[in-house]
Amino acid sequence: MDTTPKAIAGVSTFLDDRIGPGNFLKRNLRKIFPDHWSFLLGEIALYSFIILLLTGTFLTFWFKPSMGEVVYSGSYQPLVGVKMSEAYASALNISFDVRGGLLIRQIHHWAALLFIAGMMVHMLRVFFTGAYRKPRELNWLIGVGLLTLALLEGLTGYSLPDDLLSGAGLRITEGVMLGIPVVGTYLTFLLFGGEYPGHDVISRFFTIHILLIPGILLALISAHLVLMWVQKHTQMPGTGRTEKNVVGAPFYPTFMAKAGAFTLFTFGVIALLGTFAQINPIWLFGPYTPADISAGSQPDFYMGFLEGSLRLMPAWEINFLDHTVSLSVLIPALVPLGIVMTGLALYPFIEQWVTGDRREHHTADRPRNNPHRTAIGFSGIAFYGVLWLLGANDEISANFHISLYETTIFGRFAIFLVPAIAYVVAYRICIGLQRKDAEVLSHGVESGVIKRLPHGEYIEVHTPAAQDIADHIRGKAEIPIIESGVDGEGIPPKGARTALGRLRAKASEAYGTDHVPLEEGHGHDEHAAIGAGDHSDGHRDGH
Amino acid sequence: MTDNINDQPEGRVPARVIGTPPSNGPILGDEIVHEEKGVPGVIPADPAVAKRAERIVALLFTITFLAGAAFIASYVIFQVGTIDRTAASNYALGSSLSIALLSLAAGIVVWVRQIMPKYNLVQERHPMASDADTKEYVEETFLQGANESGFVKHKLLRRTLLLAAAPLGLAPLVLLKDMGPLPGTALRHTVWGVPTKDGKPRRLVVEGTGQPIRAADFNSPGGILSVIPEGYEEDLNALAKATLILLKFRPDEIKSGTNLNWTHDGIVAYSKICTHVGCPAALYEQTTHHILCPCHQSTFDAADGAKVIFGPAARPLPQLPIAIDSEGYLVAKSDFNVPVGPSFWERGDAEAEAREQKA
Repeated sequence: MDTTPKAIAGVSTFLDDRIGPGNFLKRNLRKIFPDHWSFLLGEIALYSFIILLLTGTFLTFWFKPSMGEVVYSGSYQPLVGVKMSEAYASALNISFDVRGGLLIRQIHHWAALLFIAGMMVHMLRVFFTGAYRKPRELNWLIGVGLLTLALLEGLTGYSLPDDLLSGAGLRITEGVMLGIPVVGTYLTFLLFGGEYPGHDVISRFFTIHILLIPGILLALISAHLVLMWVQKHTQMPGTGRTEKNVVGAPFYPTFMAKAGAFTLFTFGVIALLGTFAQINPIWLFGPYTPADISAGSQPDFYMGFLEGSLRLMPAWEINFLDHTVSLSVLIPALVPLGIVMTGLALYPFIEQWVTGDRREHHTADRPRNNPHRTAIGFSGIAFYGVLWLLGANDEISANFHISLYETTIFGRFAIFLVPAIAYVVAYRICIGLQRKDAEVLSHGVESGVIKRLPHGEYIEVHTPAAQDIADHIRGKAEIPIIESGVDGEGIPPKGARTALGRLRAKASEAYGTDHVPLEEGHGHDEHAAIGAGDHSDGHRDGH
Repeated sequence: MTDNINDQPEGRVPARVIGTPPSNGPILGDEIVHEEKGVPGVIPADPAVAKRAERIVALLFTITFLAGAAFIASYVIFQVGTIDRTAASNYALGSSLSIALLSLAAGIVVWVRQIMPKYNLVQERHPMASDADTKEYVEETFLQGANESGFVKHKLLRRTLLLAAAPLGLAPLVLLKDMGPLPGTALRHTVWGVPTKDGKPRRLVVEGTGQPIRAADFNSPGGILSVIPEGYEEDLNALAKATLILLKFRPDEIKSGTNLNWTHDGIVAYSKICTHVGCPAALYEQTTHHILCPCHQSTFDAADGAKVIFGPAARPLPQLPIAIDSEGYLVAKSDFNVPVGPSFWERGDAEAEAREQKA
């Protein structure tokens, strides 16, 4: 094709005459996107969000966000004649009397799980590769905000069908809100329009769930993407890749097509799950009543860590000047969320403070090359993981025949010990992997060729690593350490004189010290000698 | 990693260990496998491969067409209305939709990977910060504008503007006040303290059936009932605080924590609303007399005033004073003497207050 087809040319001239997108397209049609499997994780969240908007809109056509009482008369026989809220009745109606309704409801729920799971793994990728560093701190903060909002969005959506399970979640929300000092009771009465459960909370959650939070999510996601676009994506280290360039495939046509395919894959997989993996079968739970609950009530996976922290907490409650401070609710509800979210939000700035590194970074770190960061990340995962696991301790107890109370007591210790162990283990693994890298560079890789030396000894000939692998390894960047040593007259620099300054200097040294510097060792210029086999001393160790 | 794993002849040669050079290539890994033609960094696909790929893509796109058509057909053919028909409709719609989407996705992937070229294009990055000239110009313009506006010079203007903004900024928050009434003492009472229309104490009825409970009929030790107040069977707000568990003990089983004056013939009533965060403490283990809340596993000893023996709940389940009326049915003698359910800020040490009142 040598000329643009008339139809396209006509439309583009029309648009260009009026809004002039030519300049934008000139710069961006061939915008380069670097390739790495881990860069796709955030896209899972993005496409799940699109699916959520589409399926959610469908659901609103039938859902009635009302707590008014009706007698069920739909197609699900076991509940016919039962009094229930209009919300629950309409959710049943969507499931049994609207063609495709059950499918879309289940797709919506699965997409919600994948949305949050996608955000989590994407965030871990960004964390472990240091992609949050300057200039991307703002986008990282937007990400933290998105994750927080997504949890709220999940919580409000979970409560809407008004079945017995969702009601249990709502009741816990109320109980936790009541525990907030000074204003908790008032907030609860405002949210529920009086006493729990009242008649307002479903319609209010509905507005929050379908308008307020999605609106903010949409705005923040757009900002997230615009910033990514403007700042260009980070890339993994490798041949020809520097801090000053970006190497990969162009937006048009490949990246566009790949993104389209990935959208369809995400949608396809969620549709498969929605078809064959039943989720939230509300008709089995029955309508909500505050008097009943079923054993083994479990929240969606993303709320599990809060559930676990509530379960772990000992019964601490204090009376403070004739007022109740319910520590057994407040600590588990606020502290883990606070540690995880605040920790994530502050990390780029703490790292900058510790390393004194104010440079722009566009090449991603391999997680092993910043062992303390990776260890901190794993420590966080372990902290979250213990809470999450203990959120299902009743299931663990029932399925593995362990005493329920022992799982709780185990958790009370594990919440402190496991993150510490995870830190050490992750740190050691990073150092080990760095040693492996250093060895590949200095000794080369096994060639698969066994050579017999004149005196009868067999050795395996090593050859230098392939260029791309070697360059990938050489991408290891130095972590700066702030100046803290004394000068010629024994006086430490200005910043390192206070206690905080000394702490900063110490942290900086620990964080930045490279324990396994890379050596080129027997480099390229010696590979000719490999055939001669005079490398035996270097090759016999290990393996 | 180079892209030529597939270039190895199959058969006797074992698959290449990752990180080692290919067997058929030179040992130095830096020569280019595909000849570059045309635009540098754009490596066109092999025409033979592309030809074969085209047929695969066409097949996959055709599958999508068929599955999409099947989706529409399923919508028409499979009606809902019973559980089984809903299930059939769900499977038909869901599987055709999944196949359509996945097949289309797979087709595009084959298209991208085998028909479109491979790219290794390079673009320069530029520092995010603007250059010094721009910064200076913006700063000057900003200052000029600020001065022109008079905002800096006219102090009174500046201060009254801030003053003007304060109440307007608060207005949206103030507007939210009518979302709910003030709590007052609502959380301190339940409907058990409200006498019936004819002034009699309120009867206990079984949840679900609404039957009043004759004490003489509830006579098997170890028995348990979920109980709600008569007249409020469908009032969820009332039930959220007033639901009870009713237990029958042998007299020798009851320990000192239970107030015997509030029991009737070994029948004890506790609030069912967990004092942790308000789930119904619905599980009961007969042999140990343990009441367990399924949400966070707070465990209460029913024989001993429902005191906490494990878990995050900080207080026992409050006990309701019960008696029988003239017809032998169980009734509430009065309301709970402490607030039921989760802790709240204004609750204070309600137990101590109750003790003082009694003394």
